[in-house]
This record gives sequence, C-alpha cells and structure tokens, in this order.
Amino acid sequence: MNKQELQLKANEVRKGIVTAVHAAKAGHPGGSLSAADIFTYLYFEELNIDPKDPKKPDRDRFVLSKGHTAPGLYSALALRGYFPVEDLKTLRHLGSYLQGHPDMKHIPGVDMSSGSLGQGISAAVGMALSAKLSGDDYRVYTLLGDGEIQEGQVWEAAMFAGFRKLDNLVVIVDNNGLQIDGPVDQVCSPYPINEKFKAFNFHVVDLADGNDMDQIAAAFAEARNTKGQPTAIIAHTVKGKGVSFMENQVGWHGKAPNDEEYAIAMEDLKKEGEALCQK
Amino acid sequence: MSEVTKIATRVSYGNALVELAKEHDDVYVLDADLAAATQTAIFKKEFPERHIDCGIAECNMIGIAAGLAATGKVPFASSFAMFAAGRAFEQVRNSVGYPHLNVKIGATHAGISVGEDGATHQCNEDIALMRTIPGMVILNPSDDIEAKAAVKAAYEHEGPVYMRFGRLAVPIINDRPDYKFEIGKGVTLREGKDVAIIATGLCVSESLAAAEKLAADGIDAKVINIHTIKPLDEDLVVAAAKECGKVVTVEEHSVIGGLGSAVCETLSRKAPTPVKNIGVQDCFGESGPAVALLEKYGLNAEGIYASVKEFV
Repeated sequence: MNKQELQLKANEVRKGIVTAVHAAKAGHPGGSLSAADIFTYLYFEELNIDPKDPKKPDRDRFVLSKGHTAPGLYSALALRGYFPVEDLKTLRHLGSYLQGHPDMKHIPGVDMSSGSLGQGISAAVGMALSAKLSGDDYRVYTLLGDGEIQEGQVWEAAMFAGFRKLDNLVVIVDNNGLQIDGPVDQVCSPYPINEKFKAFNFHVVDLADGNDMDQIAAAFAEARNTKGQPTAIIAHTVKGKGVSFMENQVGWHGKAPNDEEYAIAMEDLKKEGEALCQK
Repeated sequence: MSEVTKIATRVSYGNALVELAKEHDDVYVLDADLAAATQTAIFKKEFPERHIDCGIAECNMIGIAAGLAATGKVPFASSFAMFAAGRAFEQVRNSVGYPHLNVKIGATHAGISVGEDGATHQCNEDIALMRTIPGMVILNPSDDIEAKAAVKAAYEHEGPVYMRFGRLAVPIINDRPDYKFEIGKGVTLREGKDVAIIATGLCVSESLAAAEKLAADGIDAKVINIHTIKPLDEDLVVAAAKECGKVVTVEEHSVIGGLGSAVCETLSRKAPTPVKNIGVQDCFGESGPAVALLEKYGLNAEGIYASVKEFV
C-alpha cells in the first residue's frame, strides 16, 4: 500500500474503534486511537499473515500487551478480513466473541490472550525464543503502553530478550504520555524510556511521530535490518488521535462517547478521510 | 524391617523429563535459577539446547512458557511451588489458564517438608490457588514411580497441568506390576470399612503405615491415594464415604482449599458424611528437619494414626 492508502485505512480503523466503543458503551478509545496508525501499518504492510489461514504456522505473530486497546486491534483485524466489520458493534456485549480484552481462543487473528499489563511481552518473548529454538524465521511484534512499562515483568522480559539477542522481536511502546491517573511523568515517570531499553541491550528506534506512516515504515524497516539485538520502537503518539475532543485528554483513556459525542467523532473522521482523498 | 528405597519426587521429575525428551523433541524445560534444586539439572546435562534458564524471574518464565506453548512446543516450567504457584499465580491464571495453553508447571519443594528453609519457602497454599483456575489439572504424586508416570501423563494431556513434587526422599509404594496412572482416577491401596483415609502426595505412605497401626487396634481403615486433585475422582470419594461412613483427608498442605476442601465440597453435594481434615492447620511452617516437622504438624504415620483414632 502507498502512504495515502495506508492513511485512509488508518482512518477506517479509527472509525471502527469509535463505532465499537460507542456500541459497547465502554472501552478504551484513547490508546486505541493513538496506536491506530501502528495497528494499520502492522496489519496492512508489515506482518506476514493470511486472514484466510489465521493459524498458518509460519505467520508473524503480534501480541497486544496493552490489551485494553483491543478496539484498535479488532478494528484492524476486521478491516483486514479476519471477521466481519459489522461485528465490531458487538464489542464487550454478552455472548459476543469480541471480549473486552484479546481472547486467542475465540477471536480469529489474535495470537495471544492479553490484558493484564506486563504479561503480553513475556509471551511475545517466548514466541520469539521459540522461533530461534526451532530455526523458524517468523518475526514477533508486541505493543506496550508507556504506563504499562511501570510493570516489573516488562523488564524481566526485556532483560531476557536482550540477553538472548532475539533479533526477531520488535517491542513497540505507544508513548502517548497519558495513563489513567494522569500524565505518565507525574504518576510514576518511566522516562527515559529509550535509555532503559538500550541498557537492556535493545536496539532503540526513537519514532518522533508515531502517527506518521512514513516514519512508522522507516522504524519497522530499521527493526527488520537490525541483527543480533531485539528492537524497541519508542513511538511518540497523540492519545485520542483523530477525534478532536479526545486528543491529549486523559479522561478519554477508558470512556465511551455518548450518542452526541459519537456523532462529532465520526464527523471528525469523515472530514479527515475526505481530506485524505483530495490529496 | 528391611531398608526401604526412598527417592524425592523432585528427583523423579528430573529423571522423567530426560526420558520424555528422548522420545519427544517438542519437550523444553524452563527454570528460574533453581535447576540444581528442582533437579532439572539432570535434564540440562542431557539436553542443554532444550533447557532455558530464565534467571530469577518466575513471572516472566511463565509468560515465556505460554509463548512457547502458543507456538507448538511443550514447555515444563520449573520452580519451587511457592514461586510457581504463589508469585506467578496471576501469570499462570491469565497467560496459561485463560487461553488454556499447553504449559506444564513442575513445582518442587512443596509443603512443610522443605524443612530448614522455613516458612517463606514452605508452600502450603499452591493446591488451593491452582484449583481455582478453570481447566487446570493438578497432580500430586506419592512416590518415584507415580511421579514419573505423572510427568508422562502431563505431557500426553493437552492443556495446562500443575505437578507438585517434594524435596524429601519418600518410600516407593507403587512398585507393583499392575500399576497404572490415569489422570483423574484415584487408587484404593487398602480396603477397609470403618473409615476412609483419603490421602495425597507423601502423606499416602504415612497413611498406609497409620492404617496398619489402626488395624492393630481393631480399626479397619480404607486408604485411597488421590494423585489427581483436579479433576477429583468424585465417584471413588463418594463410594468410599458411603461404604465407611467416615472420611479423613490427609495432605501436606493447608486444610483450607486443598484435597480436604475438594473432598468436602464433593461430599456435601453428593453424600454428606462426617469428615476430618488432616493437614497444615491454617498456620505458617517453620525451620527444622523435614521428618521432625512432619511429626510436629501431625502429618507422619503416628500423627495420622492418633487423629484418625480420635475421630473414629
């Protein structure tokens, strides 16, 4: 896909996020929207996957360690063809397979159940190790929140991955700067994030604008070309990106828009989509 | 009396893993810096390329095991019961139990028979914790033969399995030609009609010895070995309760949440029967030689004999 196609796809992913969370009357739009461009790039460009064969053994794996942003993952999976886009409206509903957090047993395309912060990265490290042990050449990607890296288990996993030189592993930190209780640097600062991963023997890519497709593409290319070390991409993003009243607002971490807010959000995204088409 | 062969089930675990790995190339063993103690060092020596030391980081080890299982390997994650079931409980629950991944947890140094290390390392809560996880199989073998059979059965079972092993050398009691291990099937080792002693782990051999002493007093005790705590052999437990009218459970674990609780839950639903729970009575352990601790906490043959006699 070219840049414009990817941007339009990300716009669709965002519409899916807002639609799903609105229909669920609960969920996490802020961190789903901040990572929407990364989800899009992964599922439409980077990952070696086949929606017709979700379990194919040599597929690249993706683990959403920040599992609460499931709406972003589900929206990307649906648009990629893993399940009907209409099903996004069943998110979090009783009886729906689209659980509040990723469930690998029931959702096509989900490689690992996650949601308890800090645990997904360990599973991703296990998958990357597994490929190395048996000489498989698939790659493993995992997305973490910048608040999530306050969990000690993240650094247990990072120490192991760095020590084992798992260069088939890419850890992406969605550095949108906000967590439930406020700005990350006021709650319990994780900074400097890049220096921490460097100290754990990662190759670190500072992704200045994690909502820019060209920069995202360059970061993943750099990760792919990195040998002998796992890569950490520190993606500086805007929480709530694409919806005017949600951007950089901590209150939209885990809240659903009401009908009026939903209409405004979809209008914002519609305008963004139209603007992209006119480029 | 002739000298009885004694082997700690943690040693059986290490040996069984080697045998398993010879037959199956998808077997991997994980440790958290305790390979020398969990006895997986035996495996590490034979199959160094299939042994993964995760360092002192049990939570991450369970997650790595989940990742290995999700990509088709059969990991045996090993540590002390305190850390595998205790520290990493939520990782076992969310990264293994919820996705029902094919992870085997080898938990050694369970119960007070850890001995001199004392209360911080004596895990009397692991069965209770693991029982609450849907789909988790819990195996607590009674001797070397059963421990090896349990490891093999765990491999053949698709899904998460928690195996409990001890540090203390225990006598071999299952040395008979017709011995068969089946997950979920208890074994009646001694017939009796006055009381049913339902035991697990190292308490099985002690219960058999207690039954001999009870027989000398004219009390005819049935002894059942429950090596699978979950799923519990409810039919056998109910039949024994109906036959004997009185049940005693014996375990090297807290009386809260373990075998005793599982038996009481079953009997209260299916065949209400007076039950006495022998185990660690809602207290922490302490330092001391394992054999002396078992005596002090009433878990040796003498203690079981006295408890059963008082109850019957």
